[in-house]
Amino acid sequence: MTGRLTAAGVTLAYGDRVVSANLTVDVPDGAFTAVVGANACGKSTLLRSFARLLAPSSGHVAFDGRDVRDYRPKAIAREVGFLPQGLVAPENIAVRQLVARGRYPHQTLLSTWSREDERAVAAAMEAAGVTDLAERPVESLSGGQRQRAWIAMVLAQETSYLLLDEPTTFLDITHQYQLLALLARLRDEGRTIIAVLHDVNQACRFADHLVAMRDGRIVAAGAPADIVDAALIKEVFDLSCVVAPDPVTGTPMIVPTEEYARSLRCRTPG
Amino acid sequence: MSALVVRAGRVSALIERRTAVTSAALAAVTLALAFVALCRGDSWDPPGEVLAGLAGHGDAALIVQEWRLPRVAGALVFGAALGTAGAIFQNVTRNALGSPDVIGMDAGAYTGVLIAITAFGGTAAGLAAGSLAGGLASAAAVYALSLRSGLSGLRLVVIGIAVNAMLTALNSWIVLRAQLEVATAATAWSAGSLNGLDWGEVRLPFLILAALALLSAVLSRTTGQAALGDDVAAASGVALNRYRLLIILAGVGLTATVTSATGPIVFVALAAPQIGRRVAGAAGTPALPAALTGALLLLAADLAAQTVVAPVQLPVGVVTTVIGGAYLCRLLIMEVRRP
Repeated sequence: MTGRLTAAGVTLAYGDRVVSANLTVDVPDGAFTAVVGANACGKSTLLRSFARLLAPSSGHVAFDGRDVRDYRPKAIAREVGFLPQGLVAPENIAVRQLVARGRYPHQTLLSTWSREDERAVAAAMEAAGVTDLAERPVESLSGGQRQRAWIAMVLAQETSYLLLDEPTTFLDITHQYQLLALLARLRDEGRTIIAVLHDVNQACRFADHLVAMRDGRIVAAGAPADIVDAALIKEVFDLSCVVAPDPVTGTPMIVPTEEYARSLRCRTPG
Repeated sequence: MSALVVRAGRVSALIERRTAVTSAALAAVTLALAFVALCRGDSWDPPGEVLAGLAGHGDAALIVQEWRLPRVAGALVFGAALGTAGAIFQNVTRNALGSPDVIGMDAGAYTGVLIAITAFGGTAAGLAAGSLAGGLASAAAVYALSLRSGLSGLRLVVIGIAVNAMLTALNSWIVLRAQLEVATAATAWSAGSLNGLDWGEVRLPFLILAALALLSAVLSRTTGQAALGDDVAAASGVALNRYRLLIILAGVGLTATVTSATGPIVFVALAAPQIGRRVAGAAGTPALPAALTGALLLLAADLAAQTVVAPVQLPVGVVTTVIGGAYLCRLLIMEVRRP
């Protein structure tokens, strides 16, 4: 199993601080991959290297066998889209204007609103459910609507790969599930989704492929049903739990035991 | 629809109706005011005579075409250039205070001019080069000092204000140390003035500004993309490092060229982008409304400078400094109060 987007032996660092050393990641094509792990385990850093926002200090992140940083920026941006965290829209921008910005890598100096652009923006707004909000300023939207507007923007980029860094953060629970269902539908339509997710149960429910990370290395990778058990959760999150089948979907569902209460009382170091 | 689609062959564009209408209205108001300014000499002339003079007939032809027109054209072009430069830096810093006159580019350009005058005499090309070098050096200093905290944000603005203060002190020192004739010329210039501009003085600045305006227009779509934040911009195909270098060159070039022709004129670059984007109802801080508003602001300020305490002609920089000081205080207070 080798996907088109791969990280082979990459070392990822911010200055002198090495986050991951000699990391190799394979992402299956046409699947929904969820990256999970405790805070600061390097999952966002990995995603940023896939999105070529972080150059590995060694190793290669490659798309179709060629280093992503060797592509022209617009050419690789037509293949791999990325939605980071902490998004701030320009003041007074309407939803349709924001979504249209996703067309940037497809446009030229003279052609900034082709029929193709128009179609892609309409389709993206439809898919993300923001068509009715098209004329609304982004700052006037609720958190869930705003996140959907940004998703529409990256959808309008029409990339076969879609990377999202904790897209459900700050959404209420209903909007979290709606967003994940939207990502699953995009996967069904043929896109490859790679998302950093906080909630392991949501990751197990929606993802085909799970990458569990700790301290910058990959502890396990595979289908959630194959890899998720109490031992894995203990190793990745330091959390004792029971793994039971989700009553609705049958996917693994973690239910923590009460051991965390004991560790709180003992104040064990680490 | 609130937008118009233009398509012809391989050319296509989406034009926001409100931006188009307000831009046209701003341009019309500015041109009308420009005609009013052409009527103003030591006193007001009848519009009919001025119109005839503009067409090259009658007694007023020489006065209107050779004396007043360069000044009015200077106000329009320099104002538009300052507005564009302001929009560029406010976009790069993502802060309404991140304007070249606030963060030390004008003062740096003026330092360059002073050095050019005192050390090399003062040819037009020498002044332009000194101004550009000074502007670029101060931009590099602000950039280097704020590198750790990133290019955007209040920290860069505060560092810029500090650099501005130091450069202003340096400028005073240079003037104090200079020979009397040089010091007199330099001081008269320090206020920023359009008094007595003639075609010979504005020709070279106009050419340079046209080239830089073209560059920023070519980059305008990328500027909009960069306003989404570094990560989104890079992930959607913007070559950020190259873009930043080019746009900062354009912004510093615009500011420095105006400074070399008129001396530092504050406030226009600070206020024009913010007024322009509100009038145009535009997304973010685009350059076109900023340029049009800048032209209108500088023209109005210059007209005020000529008429408020007539027959004395104030330098336009004095007028903009008075208005700009109040505006800057308001912005700073709002910025500090922001959570």
